[in-house]
Amino acid sequence: MALPDDLRYSKEHEWVRVEGSRATIGITSFAADELGDIVFVELPDVGSSLGQFATFGVVESVKAVSDLFSPISGEVVEVNEALRESPELLNSDPFGDGWIAKVELADASEVDALMDAHAYTAETA
Amino acid sequence: MTRSAEPRRTPLTDLHRELDARLVPFAGYEMPIQYTSILEEHRTVRSAVGLFDLSHMGEIEISGPETVAFLRHAVASDPGALVEGQAQYSMLCQTDGGIIDDVIIYRLADGRFWVVCNASNREAVVEQLNELLARGDFDASLDDRSDRTALVAPQGPNAAALVAELTDVDLDAIGNYRSAHGAVAGIDCLVARTGYTGEDGFELFCDADRARELWESLATAGERHGLRPCGLGARDTLRLEAGMPLYGNELDRETNPFEVNLGRVVKLEKGDFVGRAALQAIARAGPSRQLIGLRMLENAIPRAGYEVRADGAAVGKVTSGTLSPTLGEKIAMALVPAEFSDIGNAFDVVVRERPYRAEQVKLPFYKRPRD
Repeated sequence: MALPDDLRYSKEHEWVRVEGSRATIGITSFAADELGDIVFVELPDVGSSLGQFATFGVVESVKAVSDLFSPISGEVVEVNEALRESPELLNSDPFGDGWIAKVELADASEVDALMDAHAYTAETA
Repeated sequence: MTRSAEPRRTPLTDLHRELDARLVPFAGYEMPIQYTSILEEHRTVRSAVGLFDLSHMGEIEISGPETVAFLRHAVASDPGALVEGQAQYSMLCQTDGGIIDDVIIYRLADGRFWVVCNASNREAVVEQLNELLARGDFDASLDDRSDRTALVAPQGPNAAALVAELTDVDLDAIGNYRSAHGAVAGIDCLVARTGYTGEDGFELFCDADRARELWESLATAGERHGLRPCGLGARDTLRLEAGMPLYGNELDRETNPFEVNLGRVVKLEKGDFVGRAALQAIARAGPSRQLIGLRMLENAIPRAGYEVRADGAAVGKVTSGTLSPTLGEKIAMALVPAEFSDIGNAFDVVVRERPYRAEQVKLPFYKRPRD
Protein backbone atom coordinates (compact mmCIF):
# COMPACT_ATOMS: atom_id res chain seq x y z
CA MET A 1 0.00 0.00 0.00
CA ALA A 2 1.35 3.42 -0.95
CA LEU A 3 1.98 5.71 2.00
CA PRO A 4 0.50 9.22 2.14
CA ASP A 5 3.24 11.52 0.88
CA ASP A 6 2.09 14.56 2.86
CA LEU A 7 3.19 12.96 6.15
CA ARG A 8 6.53 12.57 7.91
CA TYR A 9 7.52 9.32 9.58
CA SER A 10 9.61 8.25 12.56
CA LYS A 11 11.75 5.14 13.02
CA GLU A 12 9.30 4.08 15.76
CA HIS A 13 6.57 3.88 13.09
CA GLU A 14 4.56 6.96 14.00
CA TRP A 15 3.46 9.57 11.49
CA VAL A 16 2.88 13.32 11.78
CA ARG A 17 0.84 15.69 9.64
CA VAL A 18 1.78 19.34 10.14
CA GLU A 19 -0.82 22.04 9.49
CA GLY A 20 0.47 25.45 10.56
CA SER A 21 1.52 25.35 14.20
CA ARG A 22 -0.44 22.15 14.83
CA ALA A 23 0.30 18.55 14.09
CA THR A 24 -1.73 15.35 14.05
CA ILE A 25 0.04 12.15 15.02
CA GLY A 26 -0.72 8.45 14.64
CA ILE A 27 0.85 5.07 13.95
CA THR A 28 1.67 3.77 10.49
CA SER A 29 -0.05 0.94 8.64
CA PHE A 30 3.22 -0.99 9.01
CA ALA A 31 3.03 -0.67 12.81
CA ALA A 32 -0.65 -1.60 12.86
CA ASP A 33 -0.04 -4.71 10.75
CA GLU A 34 2.90 -5.75 12.90
CA LEU A 35 0.84 -5.37 16.08
CA GLY A 36 -2.12 -7.33 14.75
CA ASP A 37 -5.62 -6.74 16.13
CA ILE A 38 -5.42 -3.67 18.36
CA VAL A 39 -7.83 -3.99 21.27
CA PHE A 40 -6.83 -1.17 23.60
CA VAL A 41 -5.33 2.31 23.39
CA GLU A 42 -4.14 4.44 26.28
CA LEU A 43 -4.30 8.05 25.14
CA PRO A 44 -2.34 10.99 26.55
CA ASP A 45 -4.20 13.62 28.58
CA VAL A 46 -5.21 16.84 26.84
CA GLY A 47 -2.82 19.51 28.10
CA SER A 48 0.08 17.12 28.65
CA SER A 49 3.48 17.81 27.12
CA LEU A 50 5.07 15.38 24.69
CA GLY A 51 8.80 15.08 24.12
CA GLN A 52 10.14 14.15 20.73
CA PHE A 53 10.65 10.36 20.60
CA ALA A 54 9.37 10.03 24.19
CA THR A 55 6.53 7.68 25.14
CA PHE A 56 3.07 9.25 25.19
CA GLY A 57 0.68 6.31 25.30
CA VAL A 58 0.22 2.58 24.90
CA VAL A 59 -1.38 0.32 22.33
CA GLU A 60 -2.25 -3.26 23.09
CA SER A 61 -2.93 -6.02 20.62
CA VAL A 62 -4.40 -9.36 21.66
CA LYS A 63 -0.92 -10.61 22.48
CA ALA A 64 1.33 -7.62 23.10
CA VAL A 65 1.69 -4.29 24.87
CA SER A 66 3.60 -1.55 22.98
CA ASP A 67 4.56 2.01 23.86
CA LEU A 68 3.70 4.89 21.58
CA PHE A 69 6.55 7.32 20.86
CA SER A 70 5.72 10.85 19.84
CA PRO A 71 7.42 11.90 16.60
CA ILE A 72 7.48 15.54 17.72
CA SER A 73 7.34 17.56 20.95
CA GLY A 74 4.47 19.83 21.95
CA GLU A 75 1.31 20.13 23.97
CA VAL A 76 -1.65 17.83 23.42
CA VAL A 77 -4.71 19.86 22.40
CA GLU A 78 -7.04 17.03 21.37
CA VAL A 79 -7.12 13.25 21.48
CA ASN A 80 -9.12 10.85 19.33
CA GLU A 81 -11.83 9.85 21.80
CA ALA A 82 -13.27 7.38 19.27
CA LEU A 83 -10.27 5.12 19.89
CA ARG A 84 -11.42 4.39 23.44
CA GLU A 85 -14.48 2.56 22.13
CA SER A 86 -13.06 1.52 18.76
CA PRO A 87 -9.33 0.83 19.01
CA GLU A 88 -9.65 -1.23 15.82
CA LEU A 89 -9.67 2.07 13.90
CA LEU A 90 -5.89 1.90 14.27
CA ASN A 91 -5.94 -1.24 12.10
CA SER A 92 -8.66 -0.24 9.66
CA ASP A 93 -7.66 3.38 8.98
CA PRO A 94 -4.30 4.21 10.63
CA PHE A 95 -3.70 7.37 8.56
CA GLY A 96 -7.28 8.66 8.80
CA ASP A 97 -9.94 7.88 11.43
CA GLY A 98 -7.28 6.12 13.49
CA TRP A 99 -5.33 9.33 14.27
CA ILE A 100 -4.26 9.48 17.91
CA ALA A 101 -3.64 13.07 19.05
CA LYS A 102 -3.36 16.68 17.89
CA VAL A 103 -0.46 18.67 19.22
CA GLU A 104 0.54 22.33 19.37
CA LEU A 105 4.09 22.14 18.04
CA ALA A 106 6.91 23.21 20.35
CA ASP A 107 9.51 23.31 17.60
CA ALA A 108 8.42 22.99 13.97
CA SER A 109 11.99 22.29 12.87
CA GLU A 110 11.88 18.88 14.62
CA VAL A 111 9.88 17.63 11.66
CA ASP A 112 13.02 17.91 9.54
CA ALA A 113 14.56 15.04 11.50
CA LEU A 114 11.75 12.74 10.32
CA MET A 115 11.56 10.67 7.15
CA ASP A 116 9.46 11.36 4.10
CA ALA A 117 7.26 8.60 2.63
CA HIS A 118 10.02 7.49 0.29
CA ALA A 119 12.62 7.09 3.04
CA TYR A 120 10.13 5.41 5.39
CA THR A 121 9.12 2.93 2.69
CA ALA A 122 12.79 2.01 2.31
CA GLU A 123 13.12 1.75 6.10
CA THR A 124 10.31 -0.78 6.37
CA ALA A 125 11.04 -2.74 3.19
CA MET B 1 22.55 -34.16 22.88
CA THR B 2 23.31 -31.14 20.76
CA ARG B 3 21.00 -28.20 20.61
CA SER B 4 21.05 -26.33 17.36
CA ALA B 5 20.26 -22.65 17.12
CA GLU B 6 17.99 -23.36 14.16
CA PRO B 7 14.35 -23.59 15.22
CA ARG B 8 12.71 -26.97 14.79
CA ARG B 9 10.15 -27.30 12.04
CA THR B 10 6.94 -29.24 11.90
CA PRO B 11 5.99 -31.13 8.72
CA LEU B 12 3.72 -28.14 7.98
CA THR B 13 6.13 -25.23 8.46
CA ASP B 14 6.54 -24.70 4.68
CA LEU B 15 2.77 -24.77 4.24
CA HIS B 16 2.34 -22.11 6.93
CA ARG B 17 4.81 -19.93 5.04
CA GLU B 18 2.84 -20.43 1.83
CA LEU B 19 -0.26 -19.33 3.73
CA ASP B 20 1.62 -16.19 4.81
CA ALA B 21 1.33 -17.03 8.50
CA ARG B 22 3.27 -15.03 11.04
CA LEU B 23 5.81 -17.49 12.45
CA VAL B 24 7.31 -17.02 15.90
CA PRO B 25 9.69 -19.05 18.04
CA PHE B 26 7.72 -21.30 20.39
CA ALA B 27 9.15 -24.13 22.51
CA GLY B 28 12.12 -24.40 20.16
CA TYR B 29 9.88 -24.55 17.10
CA GLU B 30 8.93 -22.01 14.53
CA MET B 31 5.14 -21.92 14.87
CA PRO B 32 2.31 -19.85 13.36
CA ILE B 33 0.98 -17.34 15.90
CA GLN B 34 -1.63 -16.09 13.43
CA TYR B 35 -2.55 -16.33 9.75
CA THR B 36 -4.70 -13.22 9.36
CA SER B 37 -6.09 -12.04 12.69
CA ILE B 38 -6.16 -13.62 16.15
CA LEU B 39 -9.66 -12.22 16.75
CA GLU B 40 -11.05 -13.66 13.50
CA GLU B 41 -9.37 -16.99 14.12
CA HIS B 42 -10.72 -17.08 17.67
CA ARG B 43 -14.28 -16.34 16.50
CA THR B 44 -13.99 -18.95 13.76
CA VAL B 45 -13.32 -21.66 16.35
CA ARG B 46 -16.28 -20.50 18.45
CA SER B 47 -18.68 -20.29 15.49
CA ALA B 48 -17.44 -22.62 12.72
CA VAL B 49 -14.19 -24.60 12.62
CA GLY B 50 -10.52 -23.68 12.96
CA LEU B 51 -7.60 -25.84 11.88
CA PHE B 52 -4.48 -25.98 14.05
CA ASP B 53 -1.06 -27.47 13.46
CA LEU B 54 0.01 -28.91 16.81
CA SER B 55 2.75 -31.13 15.46
CA HIS B 56 5.21 -29.61 17.90
CA MET B 57 3.55 -31.48 20.76
CA GLY B 58 5.17 -34.63 22.10
CA GLU B 59 3.79 -38.15 21.54
CA ILE B 60 5.44 -40.71 23.79
CA GLU B 61 4.39 -44.32 23.45
CA ILE B 62 4.58 -46.66 26.43
CA SER B 63 4.18 -50.37 25.78
CA GLY B 64 4.96 -53.70 27.41
CA PRO B 65 3.13 -56.04 29.79
CA GLU B 66 3.35 -53.72 32.82
CA THR B 67 2.47 -50.45 31.07
CA VAL B 68 -0.62 -49.83 33.18
CA ALA B 69 1.22 -50.40 36.47
CA PHE B 70 4.08 -48.19 35.27
CA LEU B 71 1.83 -45.29 34.26
CA ARG B 72 -0.15 -45.53 37.51
CA HIS B 73 3.19 -45.05 39.27
CA ALA B 74 4.45 -42.26 37.00
CA VAL B 75 1.44 -39.92 36.85
CA ALA B 76 -0.98 -38.42 39.37
CA SER B 77 -4.18 -39.74 37.76
CA ASP B 78 -5.21 -43.36 37.35
CA PRO B 79 -4.68 -44.52 33.75
CA GLY B 80 -5.73 -47.98 34.94
CA ALA B 81 -9.30 -46.66 34.86
CA LEU B 82 -9.10 -46.12 31.09
CA VAL B 83 -10.86 -48.47 28.73
CA GLU B 84 -9.41 -48.96 25.26
CA GLY B 85 -10.00 -45.88 23.16
CA GLN B 86 -10.39 -43.62 26.18
CA ALA B 87 -8.25 -40.59 27.06
CA GLN B 88 -7.52 -38.89 30.37
CA TYR B 89 -6.13 -35.51 31.39
CA SER B 90 -3.22 -36.07 33.75
CA MET B 91 0.01 -34.71 35.19
CA LEU B 92 3.50 -35.84 36.00
CA CYS B 93 4.52 -34.51 39.40
CA GLN B 94 7.80 -34.32 41.24
CA THR B 95 8.20 -36.02 44.63
CA ASP B 96 7.33 -32.65 46.22
CA GLY B 97 4.07 -32.47 44.24
CA GLY B 98 5.29 -29.77 41.79
CA ILE B 99 4.02 -30.24 38.24
CA ILE B 100 6.55 -31.45 35.64
CA ASP B 101 3.97 -31.31 32.85
CA ASP B 102 0.29 -31.72 32.18
CA VAL B 103 -0.46 -34.41 29.60
CA ILE B 104 -3.24 -36.36 27.96
CA ILE B 105 -2.93 -40.13 28.24
CA TYR B 106 -4.58 -42.17 25.49
CA ARG B 107 -5.25 -45.88 25.87
CA LEU B 108 -5.31 -46.80 22.22
CA ALA B 109 -7.73 -49.34 20.80
CA ASP B 110 -4.92 -51.90 20.51
CA GLY B 111 -3.84 -51.54 24.13
CA ARG B 112 -0.79 -49.31 23.65
CA PHE B 113 -0.64 -46.04 25.60
CA TRP B 114 0.31 -42.61 24.35
CA VAL B 115 1.35 -39.78 26.61
CA VAL B 116 0.85 -36.49 24.74
CA CYS B 117 2.82 -33.69 26.35
CA ASN B 118 3.67 -30.03 25.82
CA ALA B 119 6.46 -29.38 23.31
CA SER B 120 8.33 -27.26 25.83
CA ASN B 121 8.39 -30.16 28.30
CA ARG B 122 8.96 -33.07 25.96
CA GLU B 123 12.55 -33.61 27.02
CA ALA B 124 11.68 -33.30 30.72
CA VAL B 125 8.83 -35.80 30.38
CA VAL B 126 10.94 -38.30 28.45
CA GLU B 127 13.72 -37.90 30.99
CA GLN B 128 11.38 -38.42 33.94
CA LEU B 129 9.73 -41.49 32.39
CA ASN B 130 13.08 -42.99 31.37
CA GLU B 131 14.47 -42.42 34.84
CA LEU B 132 11.52 -44.23 36.39
CA LEU B 133 11.80 -47.07 33.87
CA ALA B 134 15.54 -47.41 34.51
CA ARG B 135 14.83 -48.53 38.08
CA GLY B 136 13.67 -51.79 36.56
CA ASP B 137 10.48 -52.13 38.62
CA PHE B 138 8.20 -52.34 35.59
CA ASP B 139 8.34 -54.33 32.38
CA ALA B 140 7.55 -51.50 30.02
CA SER B 141 9.39 -49.46 27.41
CA LEU B 142 9.24 -45.98 25.96
CA ASP B 143 9.28 -44.79 22.37
CA ASP B 144 9.36 -41.03 21.75
CA ARG B 145 7.41 -40.78 18.49
CA SER B 146 7.16 -36.99 18.49
CA ASP B 147 9.32 -36.33 15.44
CA ARG B 148 7.54 -38.99 13.39
CA THR B 149 4.07 -37.86 14.39
CA ALA B 150 2.05 -34.90 13.16
CA LEU B 151 -0.99 -33.50 14.94
CA VAL B 152 -3.65 -31.58 13.06
CA ALA B 153 -6.65 -30.35 15.03
CA PRO B 154 -9.98 -29.21 13.55
CA GLN B 155 -11.77 -27.48 16.45
CA GLY B 156 -15.18 -25.86 16.62
CA PRO B 157 -18.90 -26.62 16.27
CA ASN B 158 -18.50 -27.62 12.61
CA ALA B 159 -15.51 -29.91 13.20
CA ALA B 160 -17.57 -33.11 13.42
CA ALA B 161 -19.47 -32.41 10.20
CA LEU B 162 -16.19 -31.66 8.43
CA VAL B 163 -14.31 -34.75 9.62
CA ALA B 164 -17.38 -36.93 8.92
CA GLU B 165 -17.08 -36.02 5.22
CA LEU B 166 -13.59 -37.45 5.08
CA THR B 167 -13.86 -40.64 7.11
CA ASP B 168 -15.84 -43.86 7.54
CA VAL B 169 -15.09 -43.82 11.27
CA ASP B 170 -18.34 -43.48 13.21
CA LEU B 171 -17.72 -40.15 14.93
CA ASP B 172 -20.93 -40.39 16.96
CA ALA B 173 -19.35 -43.38 18.70
CA ILE B 174 -16.34 -41.24 19.72
CA GLY B 175 -17.45 -39.28 22.76
CA ASN B 176 -15.53 -36.53 24.46
CA TYR B 177 -12.08 -37.80 25.51
CA ARG B 178 -12.47 -40.92 23.38
CA SER B 179 -10.52 -41.97 20.32
CA ALA B 180 -10.49 -44.50 17.48
CA HIS B 181 -8.11 -45.55 14.72
CA GLY B 182 -9.23 -44.94 11.19
CA ALA B 183 -8.57 -43.29 7.86
CA VAL B 184 -9.28 -39.59 7.39
CA ALA B 185 -8.95 -38.50 3.77
CA GLY B 186 -7.36 -41.91 3.17
CA ILE B 187 -4.64 -41.28 5.77
CA ASP B 188 -4.21 -43.50 8.83
CA CYS B 189 -5.02 -41.44 11.90
CA LEU B 190 -5.66 -41.68 15.56
CA VAL B 191 -8.93 -39.76 15.70
CA ALA B 192 -9.30 -38.28 19.18
CA ARG B 193 -12.15 -36.11 20.42
CA THR B 194 -9.89 -33.92 22.51
CA GLY B 195 -8.77 -30.31 22.33
CA TYR B 196 -7.74 -27.17 24.10
CA THR B 197 -10.28 -24.63 22.90
CA GLY B 198 -13.45 -25.22 24.93
CA GLU B 199 -15.25 -26.35 21.77
CA ASP B 200 -16.11 -29.71 20.31
CA GLY B 201 -13.33 -30.87 18.02
CA PHE B 202 -10.77 -33.46 17.09
CA GLU B 203 -7.07 -34.03 17.33
CA LEU B 204 -5.89 -36.11 14.39
CA PHE B 205 -2.51 -37.79 14.85
CA CYS B 206 -0.85 -39.13 11.69
CA ASP B 207 2.58 -39.97 10.30
CA ALA B 208 4.61 -36.82 9.77
CA ASP B 209 4.99 -37.49 6.03
CA ARG B 210 1.21 -37.48 5.51
CA ALA B 211 0.58 -34.27 7.44
CA ARG B 212 0.40 -31.94 4.45
CA GLU B 213 -2.06 -34.19 2.64
CA LEU B 214 -4.24 -34.38 5.75
CA TRP B 215 -4.13 -30.60 6.29
CA GLU B 216 -4.94 -29.84 2.65
CA SER B 217 -7.83 -32.32 2.56
CA LEU B 218 -9.33 -30.77 5.68
CA ALA B 219 -8.75 -27.23 4.41
CA THR B 220 -10.40 -27.95 1.06
CA ALA B 221 -13.40 -29.80 2.50
CA GLY B 222 -13.56 -27.21 5.26
CA GLU B 223 -14.26 -24.31 2.90
CA ARG B 224 -18.00 -24.82 3.04
CA HIS B 225 -17.87 -25.28 6.81
CA GLY B 226 -16.32 -21.85 7.31
CA LEU B 227 -12.86 -23.22 8.13
CA ARG B 228 -9.85 -21.01 8.71
CA PRO B 229 -6.32 -22.01 9.65
CA CYS B 230 -5.71 -20.86 13.22
CA GLY B 231 -2.50 -20.07 15.07
CA LEU B 232 -1.25 -20.32 18.60
CA GLY B 233 -2.46 -16.79 19.39
CA ALA B 234 -6.10 -17.84 19.07
CA ARG B 235 -5.35 -21.14 20.82
CA ASP B 236 -4.17 -19.15 23.84
CA THR B 237 -7.22 -16.85 24.05
CA LEU B 238 -9.55 -19.82 23.46
CA ARG B 239 -8.07 -21.93 26.25
CA LEU B 240 -8.02 -18.96 28.61
CA GLU B 241 -11.73 -18.28 28.10
CA ALA B 242 -12.32 -21.98 28.74
CA GLY B 243 -10.37 -21.70 32.02
CA MET B 244 -7.76 -24.23 30.92
CA PRO B 245 -4.28 -23.91 32.43
CA LEU B 246 -1.17 -23.42 30.30
CA TYR B 247 2.14 -24.87 31.41
CA GLY B 248 4.57 -22.04 32.08
CA ASN B 249 1.70 -19.70 33.06
CA GLU B 250 -0.62 -21.47 35.51
CA LEU B 251 1.48 -24.61 35.91
CA ASP B 252 5.13 -25.13 36.79
CA ARG B 253 7.35 -27.14 39.10
CA GLU B 254 6.63 -24.74 41.99
CA THR B 255 2.88 -25.27 41.66
CA ASN B 256 0.89 -28.35 42.70
CA PRO B 257 -2.39 -29.62 41.21
CA PHE B 258 -4.51 -28.60 44.21
CA GLU B 259 -3.49 -24.95 43.86
CA VAL B 260 -4.77 -24.81 40.29
CA ASN B 261 -8.14 -26.49 40.94
CA LEU B 262 -6.97 -29.81 39.50
CA GLY B 263 -7.14 -31.86 42.67
CA ARG B 264 -9.72 -34.07 40.96
CA VAL B 265 -6.97 -35.36 38.67
CA VAL B 266 -4.98 -36.69 41.63
CA LYS B 267 -5.99 -40.22 42.68
CA LEU B 268 -4.46 -40.61 46.12
CA GLU B 269 -6.29 -43.88 46.76
CA LYS B 270 -4.75 -45.75 43.80
CA GLY B 271 -1.58 -46.79 45.65
CA ASP B 272 1.92 -45.38 45.61
CA PHE B 273 2.98 -43.01 42.86
CA VAL B 274 5.53 -40.26 42.34
CA GLY B 275 4.59 -37.31 44.55
CA ARG B 276 1.90 -39.14 46.52
CA ALA B 277 3.14 -38.36 50.04
CA ALA B 278 3.51 -34.66 49.31
CA LEU B 279 0.18 -34.44 47.49
CA GLN B 280 -1.59 -36.28 50.30
CA ALA B 281 -0.24 -33.77 52.82
CA ILE B 282 -1.39 -30.87 50.62
CA ALA B 283 -4.83 -32.45 50.17
CA ARG B 284 -5.16 -32.84 53.93
CA ALA B 285 -4.00 -29.34 54.88
CA GLY B 286 -5.50 -27.60 51.85
CA PRO B 287 -3.36 -25.72 49.32
CA SER B 288 -1.78 -22.46 50.41
CA ARG B 289 -2.57 -20.76 47.10
CA GLN B 290 -5.52 -20.92 44.72
CA LEU B 291 -5.98 -20.15 41.07
CA ILE B 292 -8.91 -17.78 40.62
CA GLY B 293 -10.73 -16.07 37.77
CA LEU B 294 -10.83 -12.28 37.57
CA ARG B 295 -12.99 -9.92 35.53
CA MET B 296 -11.83 -6.33 35.24
CA LEU B 297 -14.29 -3.67 36.37
CA GLU B 298 -12.19 -0.89 34.85
CA ASN B 299 -10.67 -0.35 31.44
CA ALA B 300 -7.29 -2.07 31.48
CA ILE B 301 -6.09 -5.42 30.16
CA PRO B 302 -4.51 -7.75 32.72
CA ARG B 303 -1.43 -9.64 31.52
CA ALA B 304 0.71 -12.47 32.86
CA GLY B 305 3.01 -11.25 35.64
CA TYR B 306 0.95 -8.22 36.68
CA GLU B 307 0.56 -7.72 40.43
CA VAL B 308 -2.74 -8.56 42.12
CA ARG B 309 -3.71 -6.60 45.25
CA ALA B 310 -6.31 -7.17 47.94
CA ASP B 311 -7.09 -4.25 50.24
CA GLY B 312 -4.17 -2.39 48.69
CA ALA B 313 -1.57 -5.04 49.52
CA ALA B 314 0.20 -7.21 46.92
CA VAL B 315 -1.08 -10.78 47.32
CA GLY B 316 -0.41 -12.53 44.03
CA LYS B 317 0.19 -12.39 40.31
CA VAL B 318 -1.81 -12.70 37.14
CA THR B 319 -0.86 -15.98 35.41
CA SER B 320 -2.73 -15.27 32.13
CA GLY B 321 -4.87 -12.37 31.00
CA THR B 322 -6.46 -11.01 27.87
CA LEU B 323 -9.36 -9.19 26.34
CA SER B 324 -11.83 -12.04 25.84
CA PRO B 325 -12.92 -11.94 22.20
CA THR B 326 -16.09 -13.93 22.95
CA LEU B 327 -17.22 -12.06 26.05
CA GLY B 328 -15.80 -8.62 25.28
CA GLU B 329 -14.52 -8.53 28.88
CA LYS B 330 -11.01 -8.21 30.22
CA ILE B 331 -10.33 -11.46 32.03
CA ALA B 332 -7.47 -13.10 33.89
CA MET B 333 -6.45 -16.07 35.94
CA ALA B 334 -4.36 -15.32 39.00
CA LEU B 335 -2.69 -17.23 41.82
CA VAL B 336 -3.54 -15.76 45.23
CA PRO B 337 -3.27 -17.00 48.82
CA ALA B 338 -6.07 -19.47 49.60
CA GLU B 339 -7.63 -17.15 52.20
CA PHE B 340 -8.46 -14.67 49.41
CA SER B 341 -10.05 -17.21 47.10
CA ASP B 342 -13.74 -16.83 48.01
CA ILE B 343 -15.99 -15.86 45.14
CA GLY B 344 -17.02 -12.22 45.27
CA ASN B 345 -13.77 -10.89 46.67
CA ALA B 346 -12.56 -7.58 45.31
CA PHE B 347 -9.07 -7.23 43.90
CA ASP B 348 -6.99 -4.72 42.03
CA VAL B 349 -4.69 -5.56 39.14
CA VAL B 350 -1.75 -3.22 38.73
CA VAL B 351 -1.37 -2.14 35.10
CA ARG B 352 1.49 0.27 34.35
CA GLU B 353 1.83 1.14 38.04
CA ARG B 354 -1.85 1.97 38.51
CA PRO B 355 -4.36 -0.30 40.27
CA TYR B 356 -7.54 -1.17 38.37
CA ARG B 357 -10.54 -2.79 40.08
CA ALA B 358 -11.37 -6.42 39.37
CA GLU B 359 -13.87 -8.89 40.79
CA GLN B 360 -13.44 -12.58 41.27
CA VAL B 361 -15.61 -14.72 39.02
CA LYS B 362 -16.13 -18.46 38.65
CA LEU B 363 -13.98 -20.40 36.21
CA PRO B 364 -14.38 -21.12 33.37
CA PHE B 365 -15.21 -17.75 31.84
CA TYR B 366 -16.79 -19.45 28.86
CA LYS B 367 -18.71 -22.72 28.47
CA ARG B 368 -19.84 -23.85 25.08
CA PRO B 369 -23.57 -24.14 24.53
CA ARG B 370 -24.58 -27.82 24.48
CA ASP B 371 -27.74 -29.29 23.10
